[in-house]
Amino acid sequence: MNELVFFLNNVVISGLVIGSIYALGAVGITLIFSILRFAHFAHADMMTLGAFFAFFLTAMFPAVGPAIGLPTAFVMLPIAMALTAVTAIYLDKGFYKPLRKHNVKPIVIVMASLGVTLMLQGLIRMFMGTSARSMYIDDRKDIYRIDLPFELASRPLVITDPQILLFVVLIVSVISLHLFLTRTRLGKAMRAMSDNPDLARVSGINTDTVVKVTWVIAGCLAAAAGTMLSLDVTLKPDLSFHLLLPIFAAAIVGGVGHPYGALAGGFVIGFAETLSVFNWAVLLRPFRDYLWFDLPSSLAIVPTEFKITVPFFILLAILVWRPTGLFKGKVL
Amino acid sequence: MLSNTALKEMILIVALVAAMLLLVSVMGSAYGVRVLVEASCYAIIALGLTIQWGYAGLFNAGIMGFVALGGFSAMLMTFPTNPRFWESDLPGELGTAFLKLIVGVLLVVAASQLHRLKVPRKIQIPFTMILGAVVYFWVINSFAPVTGSIVREAGFIGGFGLPVWVGWTVGGILAGTVAYFIGHICLGLRSDYLAIATLGVAEIIKAFLKNFEWMTRGTLTVSPLPWPVPGAGEVGFIMARALYLSVTAVMIAVIFFLLHRAYNGPWGRMMRAIRDNEISSSAMGKDVNKRRLEVFIFGCILMGIGGAALATFNGIFDPNGYLPLNHTFLIWVMVILGGPGNNIGTLFGAVLVYVVWVMSEPAALALLNAISYLGDLWFAWEAPSDFSSRALQARVFSIGLIITLVLRYAPKGLFPEKVPQHK
Repeated sequence: MNELVFFLNNVVISGLVIGSIYALGAVGITLIFSILRFAHFAHADMMTLGAFFAFFLTAMFPAVGPAIGLPTAFVMLPIAMALTAVTAIYLDKGFYKPLRKHNVKPIVIVMASLGVTLMLQGLIRMFMGTSARSMYIDDRKDIYRIDLPFELASRPLVITDPQILLFVVLIVSVISLHLFLTRTRLGKAMRAMSDNPDLARVSGINTDTVVKVTWVIAGCLAAAAGTMLSLDVTLKPDLSFHLLLPIFAAAIVGGVGHPYGALAGGFVIGFAETLSVFNWAVLLRPFRDYLWFDLPSSLAIVPTEFKITVPFFILLAILVWRPTGLFKGKVL
Repeated sequence: MLSNTALKEMILIVALVAAMLLLVSVMGSAYGVRVLVEASCYAIIALGLTIQWGYAGLFNAGIMGFVALGGFSAMLMTFPTNPRFWESDLPGELGTAFLKLIVGVLLVVAASQLHRLKVPRKIQIPFTMILGAVVYFWVINSFAPVTGSIVREAGFIGGFGLPVWVGWTVGGILAGTVAYFIGHICLGLRSDYLAIATLGVAEIIKAFLKNFEWMTRGTLTVSPLPWPVPGAGEVGFIMARALYLSVTAVMIAVIFFLLHRAYNGPWGRMMRAIRDNEISSSAMGKDVNKRRLEVFIFGCILMGIGGAALATFNGIFDPNGYLPLNHTFLIWVMVILGGPGNNIGTLFGAVLVYVVWVMSEPAALALLNAISYLGDLWFAWEAPSDFSSRALQARVFSIGLIITLVLRYAPKGLFPEKVPQHK
């Protein structure tokens, strides 16, 4: 039974956690991809930026969290989200909008977004240094150890406070995004513009507003994902480096332009990562007497240091066999 | 009579030469020649990018991966052999493992062709996948003990002790092979996908080079790599570096001549047609994806060769020294600032940007020391201990800023592309 608990802790819970982070990032990427029609490479750095906003706010008001009973950074999350959304709008105004006005090829805007990535990275490291920091300043991380009601399971199921909050954030944002896209005028305008921008423009939709709203949503989700991830582990300036490839893979696996597809893609990539670095020998060990072969000590599909290859090969596989993604998105 | 553009270009080139002379006179000629050699290696890499981006409009975001592959093969081919490895039983065991790998690949390929024997797809696909998984575990479990004992007993497998030009050629071939697979998958799709995939492949190549300790020594680094010309010990620093510079200069001249011919020939015209109007050129019967694949592979071969020359010159192979994003975009700045599609512009951009990049480090540090000194003096402000390492990040910021500004205000670069007109 302990082996199963180990599996639950290492695969199911951590897959859900990392999958939710990827999903939050991928939804933003897929919205930008379908409405502004370019791959926004600076998205992972927007996540880092959001986390740093939350960190600043935490450092400024460290006593807020303990007073409410939640981590301070989580209490500060709405403000950090707003700040990131404003930054996103201004980044668009400063760097992408002039290029769009010039009617350049989409790939030039992709390049500009890589320039923005470098600028954000440089700025974050210039002001914050290169070391890792903890998001907990005046409070500490609560870790829940849930004992399972089975005789044989002596090890507890481990889940932390930020992980639970992350699931709450994910569920709340998915439901509100769904309601926004299906029930409000602006949400419908966004969907119309993603389907056919010219038709949307001639039918009187204010495309500038739609673009702004897209950046607000993407910025908010990015800030939430970045903050929750750095609450759960640590805040590092090179956070974006480990996120960029998985979130793009998630958006493409889900099908570009499909927010729900991106959600699914995030979990596919997250679980693929945790399943492939999991040492399957642990699960097989109880049956070792019945197996016809000797059990090697390590039976992980890929060693941990090659974890980054997993999203990449999934991405290549999906581009070869089903470029539209699982949910029939667009191939722009 | 010089036209306006020609005059402007003359002035720019004269200014660059003056800047180089200034650099040499300030930092000493040994250092100046070193910077020139490195700039010439970067120029080869930048020429590779200019045919991908300038001729064909392909976005390669993983240049550093191909450069690292070039460096790796320069190391593997030219480094002296490791007697501790070759005199043990390990080569045989490693050979057996490679044999198993080949057998496994053949088995999987055979299974994927089963449908030719009238085996239904429904059976064939699951069978191939299961066979692939079994073969995968079989192969990695036969490699693991061998590579482990290589690292324990012999350090790493060492090089093959071949001449330098073999290493450089193999570097080009290796980079071209990887480019073939990536391009084959992504070039049929929208250009963004190529950017994502190349970005990924650079990370993957770096992860492999860093973690395959039995082949590359990983973080321990391999040095010194042999040079194609007499080293500093025999003819002195300046002479050795100058000889090396003449080798790279000859390479650049050859590449430049070939590219010039290709650009002005029918091939170049076809590439520009594909870049500027994909639909009409495919209507004219050009195989767009195949041509793009061709130019993508050519570009990556040049990047591999340039990377090999760079690693050989530095004399050290350090997988951690390749920073995918930063160095990739240093090369992008060289190309888009110099003028994509204009070979002279690319060479100019490569030398200019590299000199500025090299000089910006001491300049930034001097500025910083002044700031922290004055801050201490006037405001009793104490600079953080990692101040200098942080301040160097300003260079990353400025690369990003230059890219976005050039794209917006001078998309053609300093030396705009000159399309030949035949009257």
